[in-house]
Amino acid sequence: MAGKPPARPRANRFGAGASDRGIGDVLSEILPAWRVKSIVRSLLLYAVAYGLTIVFALPFLWAVSSSLKPVNELFLWPPQLIPKTWRFENYIEIWHLAPLARFFVNTVYVTVMSVTGRILSAALVAYGFARFRFPYRNFLFLLLLSTLMLPYQVTIIPTFLLFKAFGWLDTYNPLIIPNWFGGGAFAIFLFRQFFLTIPKDLDEAAKIDGANSLWIFIRIIVPLSKPVIITMIVIGFLESWNDFFGPLIYLNTPEKYTLSLGLANFQRVVSAGGQATEHLLMAASMVMTLPSILVFILLQRYYIQGVVISSGSK
Amino acid sequence: MIAPIKQRLGLSTPLTLSQREALQGFIYISPWIIGFLVFTVGPMIASAYLSLTDYNIVTPPRFAGLSNYEYMFGDRLFWKSIENTLYYTVIFVPIAIAGSLALAMLLNQEIAGRVALRTLYFLPSVTPVVAAAFLWLWIFQPQIGLLNSIISALGLGNGPLWLGHPGSSKPALIIISLWGALGGNTMLIFLASLQGIPKELYESADIDGAGSWGKFRFITVPSISPVILFNTVLGVIGALQMFTLAYVASSGRQQQFSPGGPLNSTLFYVLHLYNSAFDFWEMGYASALAWVFFVIVLAITGFQLWTSRRWVYYEGED
Repeated sequence: MAGKPPARPRANRFGAGASDRGIGDVLSEILPAWRVKSIVRSLLLYAVAYGLTIVFALPFLWAVSSSLKPVNELFLWPPQLIPKTWRFENYIEIWHLAPLARFFVNTVYVTVMSVTGRILSAALVAYGFARFRFPYRNFLFLLLLSTLMLPYQVTIIPTFLLFKAFGWLDTYNPLIIPNWFGGGAFAIFLFRQFFLTIPKDLDEAAKIDGANSLWIFIRIIVPLSKPVIITMIVIGFLESWNDFFGPLIYLNTPEKYTLSLGLANFQRVVSAGGQATEHLLMAASMVMTLPSILVFILLQRYYIQGVVISSGSK
Repeated sequence: MIAPIKQRLGLSTPLTLSQREALQGFIYISPWIIGFLVFTVGPMIASAYLSLTDYNIVTPPRFAGLSNYEYMFGDRLFWKSIENTLYYTVIFVPIAIAGSLALAMLLNQEIAGRVALRTLYFLPSVTPVVAAAFLWLWIFQPQIGLLNSIISALGLGNGPLWLGHPGSSKPALIIISLWGALGGNTMLIFLASLQGIPKELYESADIDGAGSWGKFRFITVPSISPVILFNTVLGVIGALQMFTLAYVASSGRQQQFSPGGPLNSTLFYVLHLYNSAFDFWEMGYASALAWVFFVIVLAITGFQLWTSRRWVYYEGED
């Protein structure tokens, strides 16, 4: 994380045009003009690039800082980035004030079940599209891709009514089961693109040895597909973990809430007797955010690969 | 009836190799086909039918002709939601696209610590929207929030009420969205495509004495134009679907306002659809809203693809 002090003065110095010229004049006496230009240019680049990290990081820093303050320090003016009294108890209290642990377990359950279903079914479907010739294959694949542009809200009402008819309201089924039917156009597309890069010779050789297509899939394709599987784990995790619309529509009982729904209702869940709860709210927000950030940081290589493949710009 | 089908599928005779292959292919893609029929095609047909009915969930749907659509045109909130959604899309998407491209170009320079910078820029976009909404609600807090404290410390007087006032609520949401979008997927895609531009193009432009703007305008933009189109189309579809942030920001905190407030200034299209369906249980009307939304998204996407022929260059064409 870039420290605040070094970036600030740089940004200021180059924010003003006059001082640029001052440095330029001094430098041009000792160095050729193009060197001066490139030095000024790269200083400016560093100032902007590192200065921007403050913009992106500030909401996090402010949230963490607020989450470690006692309630009376929330209202200090001017606002203090460093708490005067560090109150780590906030991070313990939130687990008692709201059934946060419950929400956490619920979210993990929904996420694991959804991501597993997505990966299994998307890989199988993609295998079908990548390795077998059948009538209307290209048409069906185009149809599949076109669903990428279909906003899910278009079908949400009949889908809701369908799940209601199944008796699935206030259960996790609506959040999990659809993922087991193909896992979405994006996942299928990603797997298919990857499978197409696996040489067909490998399949052929196994076929000659008498292997059937499922064996080839499990023993040859899947072991070679670890990168794309990890990519989908990251993408699927982030989507399920962060999902709000699904839980909002389908879950009613507070004990069944996922983190996003529980957090949205935090104010209602926590009775603070009219006191401000921002420090607790910030703590709970950071607790929900941390897994997403960790998963991304640890596996970003795979995530980025997947996003880049999906755009076709490689 | 059965026999000819059996024959066509080749079940009565041993399967030829290509028939076997086709059958296996269909078996592998069958999860998607079932899912597509049950969760996409079926619901689309059903919502087309429901949009022609009065349906409040308690009593069975009653056929009502086009009355839902007629009602929509007189529905003040429908027009308000269209206005809000277009306002948001028209301001958010261009800034997000240009900003992401600028960030990608920055990261495409030789800077020490590029990978760490990319990670830092990206973190806001993996932050759960609900958490991001609360982080920013706290910053935007009108009296003691960080932003207005800075504004008044700079001697600029009292800052706006942000999410508490219809005049500043949408700009506040746009700021939050930009924070989450600028360093996200769009930037990653731009960065990958910038790295794919052949260096020779820039070198020969240098020899011709082209300036940086000229190189940007005549090499960078045409080379990545397919990706600009891709990002714009997806960005617009995403912006039109604005929901969670507005919902949480307008209702999550202390329930001062109904979702979409204040004064319906953050009532976006999908929020209106949600309220109609799951607050007022007008499933027929909400289905009509869903279909009109589908047509709007289709029309806007189609328009972008159609006009893109004027400015998008694909390799291998001239």
